[in-house]
Amino acid sequence: MSDTQTASSSAAAARISDAAHTGPMLAADGTPLKKSLNRALRVQKMRALALIAPLLIFVMVTFIAPIADMLFRSVENQIVSDTLPRTTESLADWDAEGTEVPGEPVFEALYDDIFFAQEAKLHTRLGGRLNYELTGMSSLFRKSGRRVEDMGEVYQDQFEDLSDFWKTGENWTSVMASDDWLTRIQAWDGEGRQPRFELRDGIEGLLPATAETYVRFADFIQNEDGDNLYTEDPWAIVYSSLHEDLTGANDLASYTGPGASELKVAAAAAATFETVNFSQAFEEIDKDWHALDVWQTIKVYSPDYTSGYFLNAVDMQKSIDGPEMRPENQQIYGILFWRTMVMSVAITLSCIVLGYPVAWILANLPTRQANLLLILVLLPFWTSLLVRTSAWKVMLQQQGVINDTLVWLGIVATDDRLALINNQTGTIIAMTHILLPFMILPMYSVMQTIQPTYLRAAKSLGATNWTAFWRVYFPQSIPGIGAGSILVFILAIGYYITPEIVGGTSGTFISNRIAFHISSSLNWGLGAALGAILLAAVLILYWAYDRIVGIDNVKLG
Amino acid sequence: MRLTKTLMATTALTVAAGMVHAQDMADELTIVSWGGAYSNSQQKAYHEPYMANNPGVSIINDESAAEAVAKLRAMNEAGNVTWDVVDVTAADSIRLCDEGLAMEIDFDEMLAAAPDGTSATEDFGSTIINDCAIPLIVFSTTFGYRTDLVGDTPPTSVCDVFDTEAYPGKRSLEKRPIGNMEWALMCDGVPKAEIYDVLETAEGQEQALAKLDTIKDDVIWWNAGADTPQLLADGEIVMGSTYNGRLFSVIEEQDQPVAMLWDGQMFDLDVFIIPTGLTPERQARAMDYVKFATDTQRLADQAAYISYGPARASSAPLVGKHAELGIDMAQHMPTDPANATNVFNFNYEFWADYRDDIDAKFQAWLVR
Repeated sequence: MSDTQTASSSAAAARISDAAHTGPMLAADGTPLKKSLNRALRVQKMRALALIAPLLIFVMVTFIAPIADMLFRSVENQIVSDTLPRTTESLADWDAEGTEVPGEPVFEALYDDIFFAQEAKLHTRLGGRLNYELTGMSSLFRKSGRRVEDMGEVYQDQFEDLSDFWKTGENWTSVMASDDWLTRIQAWDGEGRQPRFELRDGIEGLLPATAETYVRFADFIQNEDGDNLYTEDPWAIVYSSLHEDLTGANDLASYTGPGASELKVAAAAAATFETVNFSQAFEEIDKDWHALDVWQTIKVYSPDYTSGYFLNAVDMQKSIDGPEMRPENQQIYGILFWRTMVMSVAITLSCIVLGYPVAWILANLPTRQANLLLILVLLPFWTSLLVRTSAWKVMLQQQGVINDTLVWLGIVATDDRLALINNQTGTIIAMTHILLPFMILPMYSVMQTIQPTYLRAAKSLGATNWTAFWRVYFPQSIPGIGAGSILVFILAIGYYITPEIVGGTSGTFISNRIAFHISSSLNWGLGAALGAILLAAVLILYWAYDRIVGIDNVKLG
Repeated sequence: MRLTKTLMATTALTVAAGMVHAQDMADELTIVSWGGAYSNSQQKAYHEPYMANNPGVSIINDESAAEAVAKLRAMNEAGNVTWDVVDVTAADSIRLCDEGLAMEIDFDEMLAAAPDGTSATEDFGSTIINDCAIPLIVFSTTFGYRTDLVGDTPPTSVCDVFDTEAYPGKRSLEKRPIGNMEWALMCDGVPKAEIYDVLETAEGQEQALAKLDTIKDDVIWWNAGADTPQLLADGEIVMGSTYNGRLFSVIEEQDQPVAMLWDGQMFDLDVFIIPTGLTPERQARAMDYVKFATDTQRLADQAAYISYGPARASSAPLVGKHAELGIDMAQHMPTDPANATNVFNFNYEFWADYRDDIDAKFQAWLVR
């Protein structure tokens, strides 16, 4: 506290007796004391916050935000409803448990959605997403995207055969767009922003479906393609919508705007046009469109958020009747989670067993020798992880250094070399070595603080060496073991590169599977769900540790 | 979604605006490839002549092709694509194209025709597998064996891999279903033409896994292409699968007692893709580079450094000798008629659909 503050607070203290009768206590400058103190505290807090701000922001940006993003990805599923908005909406009424595939309105909505999706090249991405749930979706969407254009062309061809008017973009814009927009787009020189499309007044009432489709088309051309909408020929789907409007109820008779005569001719002819049955047309693209499981999958995964990834991460799957176990030949994550835990415990235990004597020697040697030994402990720390792991490969393989030595010593027959790598043994050996410093260092710093006089006192009171160690020394070193164990266990549980290289098939961890889904199968949602479960498991273990051992019983020095 | 749309809209606008000055090209080019001997062959055959023709252009090599799909997706989401040309396998190019992460290519427009005027589409022929991938080389995943560990009768068929009585010892296989499932079915008596039909069914997948089960205890599974050459050189395995170029370098360059087993080799492609979302200047530079690098002469030149077959038909007659060893390269190509008597064409479409499903079963089988 600064001098002035001390002065002002002592002045305030002096005033207490005076002010006792006259109302709230006042500080030297006349403000109420409470307010003045609060202000001083707030300033201090702000200053403290400003000091830790760099770290806080760093942690938020590089640590908290990615974790939040990961947690979000594990349930996020907006791609289905974003790519197929109409289909998912019209699927709401469909009885997924029945035996009928959805009716024509759903297929018409599907046509709409896939048409726009393939223009934006989003349909294949959705196919990839749904392929995680049902084999064959990937090619189904790829194929349908390629051929959906042909469906609309049935109408486009007939309109164009009827009159050349329907062939050119200019004629279309003259019908669909407001006069104001038409003047502005014609004046536009191609530089700068293209005037935003505006519908003609009344056209929406006259041709509702066409207007809606055309607006989406216009939006895409102007904003995503960046082409000049004025001269752009409309997509085939606009013609489908026009056909729909002209064959339905409309009051074209009273319409006198641009293209009125062409519209009237078209309306008369449209009734006799060859029509498209979308349900049939999709079945012609691929008979899978009439398979129940395709539609069930789309329906099950149409909500914006899904528990599907989490179910998958615990060897279950979403089905139309709710969650169910996967077939046994696809169950893998339960085994991997369990194995990750068991092996991490094994690695932690072997680190304790190997690290304890080393830490003890370090703590009891004179400083000079201790420092020298400490360098030996730290040396592996300064070597690349990959180098150390690869070195273990050379050491442990069947034609490797250890086996060669054993054979040379005659301990092992040459046809019967030990399998020390590409299995759990390999992972445990290599990871124990790599994580050992994390165990030794906290143990060492805790043991340094244990007074040697305690041991001597115990012995002078008649304890044997063992009793003195077990009853006096060991209990005091437990905080070091605790700290080391937490470090090693939590590092081991998320280890990736070492099990990947030396683990073979039986020595790999859940993290290897997460890495596979992030970088190879691109199933980021599943990877995120597995990661979230792993995070939860660590937190639960940490909580359990706190309840059983007590986290204040952990010391790093 | 809205954000992506706005992003796409702005890129589209900048692309459109940039078309006016299509002549402007960036001076820097980041090319992503696989590293090692393969990147070296591209450096010699593509990069160096290109930089000689275009003084002032510098090429940055990045060796993260193995994670290209995931990284490109992340870059795209962040709206900051830093790569200009990416070398990926055929299967990855399908994913990138599907995800909208790779630019669509007009082959005849954007690539060089053959010297005799044959169009690019015709010259590349069946190696064009989707709208985004510009084929470079044909490579194969095949087996190599230790000549000193297989006894007096060296293996002649891919099915010898499954014969642990005649050829005892460890063998290495890639830690993924692709390739292994096909070999397993073929060696279980399924005719080659029916393999993918069988593999479509759950029973067929079980059959393949059951066949693999017979050698499961003798298999070391690899993840990186360099694993099998190392295991062969150390004598850890008697035979193992890897990319044929890696085996070439073990046999010819490092003189190890290893021989090729071409039977049942699985053809695959390496291709260039150009990511979407580049600025017009960078895109123009990338297209200019790709047009040069994939012309007939460049593809043929590459074969002087590595034993992968050029993807253009017109490049094949131009394949000469190895740049340092001076040996005739044609006979080391996977596409050489003598080597290609029994070949699998990796079925990209099939695996694009079945990869997730079969991989789940395969991995579950592995951990059991």
